[in-house]
Amino acid sequence: MLELNGVSAGYGAFQALFDVSLKVDAGEAVAVIGPNGAGKTTLLRVISKLIEPSAGALSMEGRRYNDVPAHEVIALGIAQVPEGRRLFPRLSVEDNLKMGAYTPAARSRHAERLEFVYSLFPKMKERRLQMAGTMSGGEQQMCAIGRALMSGPKLLLLDEPSAGLAPVVVQSIFGLMRTIREQGYTVLIVEQNIQQVLKVVDRAYLLETGRIRQSGPAAELLASDEIRRAYLGV
Amino acid sequence: MSDFFDIFLLEAVINGLLLGGLLALLALGLNLIFGVIDVVWICYAEMMMIGMYTIWWLHVEQGWPLLAAFAAGIATLAVLGAALHQFIIRPVLAAEPINQLLVTGGVLFFLQAVATVAFGVEFRNLGVRLPTFAIGEMNLSLARLIAFAVALAAIGATWLFLSRSYMGTAIRAISQDRAIMPLMGVDPGRIYLTTSAIGGGLAGLAACLLVLQYDIHPAIGLSFGPITFLICVMGGLGNLIGGFLAAFVFAQFIAVGGFMFQLEWGYVIAFVFFIATMFWKPEGLFAKRR
Repeated sequence: MLELNGVSAGYGAFQALFDVSLKVDAGEAVAVIGPNGAGKTTLLRVISKLIEPSAGALSMEGRRYNDVPAHEVIALGIAQVPEGRRLFPRLSVEDNLKMGAYTPAARSRHAERLEFVYSLFPKMKERRLQMAGTMSGGEQQMCAIGRALMSGPKLLLLDEPSAGLAPVVVQSIFGLMRTIREQGYTVLIVEQNIQQVLKVVDRAYLLETGRIRQSGPAAELLASDEIRRAYLGV
Repeated sequence: MSDFFDIFLLEAVINGLLLGGLLALLALGLNLIFGVIDVVWICYAEMMMIGMYTIWWLHVEQGWPLLAAFAAGIATLAVLGAALHQFIIRPVLAAEPINQLLVTGGVLFFLQAVATVAFGVEFRNLGVRLPTFAIGEMNLSLARLIAFAVALAAIGATWLFLSRSYMGTAIRAISQDRAIMPLMGVDPGRIYLTTSAIGGGLAGLAACLLVLQYDIHPAIGLSFGPITFLICVMGGLGNLIGGFLAAFVFAQFIAVGGFMFQLEWGYVIAFVFFIATMFWKPEGLFAKRR
């Protein structure tokens, strides 16, 4: 579904990604794991075209989309839940979800998808008139995921969904991941919480200092000595 | 205290209320631009002045029906607002606030100069005189009543647009987090242009209402620009509800103060109140929650 070929990118003179190639097939859940500063967030920003790649090709469902502007990427079926959730704090939950349905194609199915998001996260229905910024971190994450689902994406990008949340909430976030997978979404997730994320995805890539170091089935990476030593502390 | 005094005080209060509606309309446009784009259009009232001349020129010189001239005036200012954003504001969006103020200040004098060259310094008017009518011993002007009703209707319509429509929701959202707007499928540049056109259009509507009450001259913006700006500051810049309320407070100072003493004294009292507010609540009477 999504394919990156030899992608490099950076900020001004600073290069954050070097020759990254990866792919996500339809129905798969794939993780990009790695330490802080490895370029994981940059990778998702490139996929959403918030940053222009300096080299390499991006393609979605076989179509190259390097030249598509950032605000049209969502129409290709790629929705992102950004790092730190980034809800509109002084808009209600319902208005945040409405922003997720902004594109013309999504507007026509707004009511139906709102029902779907509310059935997935009943708590959001209870809180629909509350300002998003006043909810707890876990609730905000639900709202942020719901907002991304409002566009009816084929591919869902999740940037560090567990970051900055209390340990109990982190458990429930990974519960949410499973719920989303059960709905049949294709997911690309970036996480530092390696142990947890490798349990909910099919495959993973290890990104270090902007380069893909290792890749394979999640179970294989979870068992690999290198990852166990460097990241799991065993 | 005599009945005579009371009835004229009531008339002053009512006139203040009517003026408040008009000032609230002006404040809404300026506040909307600031709240969304974070730039103060110091030249806002001068744009309105251009709108008044546009209406006058179309109606008086070109013989257009008044309502057609009004519609054209609003459309002209919507285009002018979008053009101001595209060519003047956009290049300085990332610049220091003082530079943004100076550049829109430059536009203020530019528009005044253009109007002087194009229309001269003599006072112009539409030649439309709407009647006044008496309720008891009070004399109320129909032009002011119409202005009040139309201003409130426009404010209500803008409010509905902002709270209900997709575009309006995006306009509220963009001031809270601009960087992620593309992830929602929103082109931020388009939202800014639309907001600027709406701000211009509101100035155009204000021009329609003012042209029924006031003569037009190149410096008429100075009668409304500073007041509008002070109202916005008093209400908490960018706070639409605060600006709305502050407009009515300010208008009462002008109307009732002017009635108690002399017309000019109303403005003196209102500005003293403003300065006092800046010491007492510098963030504005109805500060925006951050």
